[in-house]
Amino acid sequence: MRGLRQLTWTNIKLYLRDPIATFFTLAFAPFLVVIFGAMFGNDPNPIFGGQGSMDVSMPAYTALIVGSVGIMGVPITVGALREHGVLRRYRATPMHPLTFIVADITTNLAMALFGTILLVGSGILLYRVKFEGNMLSVLAAILLGGLALLAFGYLIASLAPGARSAQVIGMLVFYPMMFLSGSGMPLEIMPESVQRISTFLPMTYMVRLLRGLWFGESWGEYLVEAAVLLGVFVVCGGLAARFFRWE
Amino acid sequence: MAGVIEVRDLRKTYDDVVAVDGISFEVAEGEIFGMVGPNGAGKTTTIECIEGLRRADSGHARIFGEDPSAKRAAIAERIGIQLQESALPARLRVAEALWLFGSFYKRQADADELLGQLGLIEKKSSAFTKLSGGQKQRLFIALALINLPEVVFLDELTTGLDPQARRAMWDLVRGIREQGRTVFLTTHFMEEAERLCDRVAILDHGRIVALDTPEALIRSLNIDKRLVMTVPEGDLPKLSELPQVSRVERSGDRLVVYGAKDGLASAVINALEDSGVAFEDLRTEQPNLEDVFLALTGREMRE
Repeated sequence: MRGLRQLTWTNIKLYLRDPIATFFTLAFAPFLVVIFGAMFGNDPNPIFGGQGSMDVSMPAYTALIVGSVGIMGVPITVGALREHGVLRRYRATPMHPLTFIVADITTNLAMALFGTILLVGSGILLYRVKFEGNMLSVLAAILLGGLALLAFGYLIASLAPGARSAQVIGMLVFYPMMFLSGSGMPLEIMPESVQRISTFLPMTYMVRLLRGLWFGESWGEYLVEAAVLLGVFVVCGGLAARFFRWE
Repeated sequence: MAGVIEVRDLRKTYDDVVAVDGISFEVAEGEIFGMVGPNGAGKTTTIECIEGLRRADSGHARIFGEDPSAKRAAIAERIGIQLQESALPARLRVAEALWLFGSFYKRQADADELLGQLGLIEKKSSAFTKLSGGQKQRLFIALALINLPEVVFLDELTTGLDPQARRAMWDLVRGIREQGRTVFLTTHFMEEAERLCDRVAILDHGRIVALDTPEALIRSLNIDKRLVMTVPEGDLPKLSELPQVSRVERSGDRLVVYGAKDGLASAVINALEDSGVAFEDLRTEQPNLEDVFLALTGREMRE
């Protein structure tokens, strides 16, 4: 337990010392609010059922941050740790492999949550965005979506042959998903073909679930979304564990 | 002295390359045991089978009488490992590394004392990537000692270090043994094995070709001593006809006379003086492990 605690704490410190990771997770969030806010404003719009663009974008950007941590960040960091031999060094200690993985997941979830807080904070400050949901309920959805997307990232990290390729695959998967899942831009303004593609992307389900809960709907109305995310977590997590390599 | 490590007929193949081809040996408590041989001789595979990081195809490795691949966690508590190739997270600082790795073990050395012994106190808050090669190696030794291990494994400890840092490292290894720990090391520097190890196993192509104390290895093979000197141009007496001499080599003004028997030096000197050859810079070179390897395998050790 002491190992887990100290590894998690160390990971968080290392995360914050890495300018690129910190930028993408923490500075990225307020950045999104400023840029997209300047572009779209937050006036009520019939496309979004009378909500403003920033209102509906908050849950979407939350998914975006969690997705960037899981799908881009995890393959890069795990790929680099493995390639440089850091994982080899950990493996030479009595630490259980699960300790490493739990610490890493905890770190990434914590950083994604931290990014979400900054996102919503700057949304409230700059655009008085609405939040009509139950805080705990939304938190649970972020954790569920986070586990699913992190598992997806670990699967990429497990299958990619090297650090470079893990990074490239992560980006190739993430960037299209950012535009096609409704996390970067609302799906309502997209053509129908894009909306159809979006049904194959795990991030879409996180966006839908978060948006529903954000505006006060209940889990009962989003069982499909929750089930898909749970399924992605179980399948990707299982495969990632099966193919995980220390070296 | 009980055998801390016991290896019996260990074999390991990667695809169709035989890395370790049936080797057996024991390591006694409190000794510095070395495995030497060229790169690819099977040293790292052997050491990692004993550490429990790799599983042998057949034969067995035992440490403290246990199977390391079956009882990895329990054995990892009692051993310290310095890997040939590994790293720490780039931005992890020296003191944090000790604190972190210490938390993985039940027993823990005093981190500051360890940093002091290894000359890393001033580097306490330096990031891993800011350390020199020698400092990184000393940090890895510190990590290998953080759990007060009974056996310490050092794989190619001094590769990539300059001669001065290498010598400093040898003193550290002797210090580890003086604390009562057993040291198992691999190296491809014959001089390192000769200076440091109580016993040496010479590996070539996955087999042990010799195992003994460095002195006994050198003595047992009755290898030629060398007499090296500078001579002027012109005729020399027929040194190769002396009973003590086995071979003579001359290139330019450098003369090397080989022979294993006692009295080599005086016989050669007398012959040269009798024929009035003004030789200079005479010295004898004792055979070393390098020569043992050459004699056993017919090949030079290459770095």
